[in-house]
Amino acid sequence: MSAVAADMPETVAPATTKAIAPSKGGRPWTFYVLATLFGLYVIALYGPMFCIYVLSFQDIRGGLVFPMKGHSLHWFVDLFTQVRTGDVKGSFDRSIKLAVIVTVITVVVSFLAGLGFRKRFRGDTFVFYMMIGSLVAPGLVLGLGTGLLFQALGLNASWYTSALGAQLSWTLPFGVLVMFAVMSRFNHVWEEAAYDLGASRWQSIWLVMIPVLAPGLVAVALFGFTLSYDEFARSLQTAGSLNTLPLEIWSMTLNVTSPSLYALGTVTTIVSFVVIGASLGSIVLIQKKRGSSAKG
Amino acid sequence: MQPSPAQTPPRANLTGWLYVSPLVLVLVPFFVAPILVVLAASFFTTDGFGGLTPDFTLASYVDVLHSALTLKLYLATIKFTVLTWVFTLIIGFFVAYFLVFHVRNQLLAIGLFLLCTVPFWTSNIIRMISWIPLLGKEGLINQALLGTGVIRQPLEVLLFSDLAVVIAYVHQLTIFMIVPIFNSMARIDKKLIEAAIDAGASRFDIMRLVVVPMSKSGIALGTIFVVSIVMGDFFVVKVMSGGGSASVVSAFYEDVGVLQYPTAAASAVLLTLVLVAIVSLILRTVDIRQEITR
Repeated sequence: MSAVAADMPETVAPATTKAIAPSKGGRPWTFYVLATLFGLYVIALYGPMFCIYVLSFQDIRGGLVFPMKGHSLHWFVDLFTQVRTGDVKGSFDRSIKLAVIVTVITVVVSFLAGLGFRKRFRGDTFVFYMMIGSLVAPGLVLGLGTGLLFQALGLNASWYTSALGAQLSWTLPFGVLVMFAVMSRFNHVWEEAAYDLGASRWQSIWLVMIPVLAPGLVAVALFGFTLSYDEFARSLQTAGSLNTLPLEIWSMTLNVTSPSLYALGTVTTIVSFVVIGASLGSIVLIQKKRGSSAKG
Repeated sequence: MQPSPAQTPPRANLTGWLYVSPLVLVLVPFFVAPILVVLAASFFTTDGFGGLTPDFTLASYVDVLHSALTLKLYLATIKFTVLTWVFTLIIGFFVAYFLVFHVRNQLLAIGLFLLCTVPFWTSNIIRMISWIPLLGKEGLINQALLGTGVIRQPLEVLLFSDLAVVIAYVHQLTIFMIVPIFNSMARIDKKLIEAAIDAGASRFDIMRLVVVPMSKSGIALGTIFVVSIVMGDFFVVKVMSGGGSASVVSAFYEDVGVLQYPTAAASAVLLTLVLVAIVSLILRTVDIRQEITR
């Protein structure tokens, strides 16, 4: 190690970053192979999506494949006005509302469960496996079970009761697993320091843990929102008479063969970007605030 | 070392349960109860119009197990699962490896990581449909191949085929491998690798003896996500194969469509058992909870 280090000016690369590339600061051949692989992956990831964004801006003669025929916003107008494409606007509203409710519940419940799982308690393994089971159970099967259960109890299935519960059975395990990863980076010393200074359990959670873990909680929120916003299989049998957006998209793929479908893809992508932007913005804001209060 | 549950004072048990009680309160009515309902329905008889008669008969199981179709469906499902798992694991592992060990600038690594996660925030179904302009008979790939004279007839195997199904799965699910593997790799102390180099390990040795074992929990978690999603999925198979292929769940979906609840429930119970077996096998090799909370 010292021989290698002697060859390299200390300022070019700190010791930790050249671990894999000990050969005199140059990139090893594996770097180029993996960089190519990464590039190809990103192209394959984005390529198809860009195709549909571009194709959604065609004019009225447009079809499902290239070449592009003219350009206009025709298919976006079509999406929100035409009856034959179904109730896009209503399902969109419902999906957003549902996703917000799911997000709030997921963050609170996952955080509490994360706290609970930090220490062993009698029956913790049982709860853990129940959670894993809920995560891996086929969504369509759970959806059917929930639908039948509501039927048997004489309750009406609707997006804000049965579909909400069915979605939580999927977002909560994800949320708790993310919480595990987040909590594993929390230094217990801070909490003990808070107790030493006379904080109650509640104060140590509210004044120490939540501010420190805030970025992780935002990550859980993002997970909850997108998993719900995109949830399909579990909602299919539980949403009742009013569709959520993925169900609407699903019925569109069966009936609509026009670029309206692509326009919907473009719109949902924009919504997602707004949500991610807002979340990342809030993380940055939280950290800035923390940075400035630490200095002051 | 954390004390084992037997040694924990009753107070700790109580607070533990208090913290997880909201989770349990959601999972019992929306996971345990529905699964029990499906289990019960699998023993019931039906009038063929969606009405269920409480009964105890194994007829549905006999039907499902005796049907030659069941074996075919499982083979098809396992084929899709294994292919998807292999591709997502290879791509996911090396993408994570590249980001963690080769990108020297941490900010750039985080940026590239986010770049991989962004498409994940759009609708699955839309992402699946987005392959049509590329793979279709008049799609870009066929146009390009025809244009350069490589082929004379458009390739039909690209869309509405098993190939298209696997492509769509890999496109949708590689992120489920990248995130957990990236997470566990990011926590490997780089000093360990320096130590390995000092001790004379080759690049391959480091991979085999240090990186892979220490990413085990990420790989296991990613595998659980991918396997359970592919085995529980039906719409990718339905849409991307153009109805040409079926999986266990797509057959289940057809059964529900014609109100054959008991047979659907019986096949669902079987599938759930298979999934439980696979997942517990994975959990037996890697204690995810231990590694994540480490």
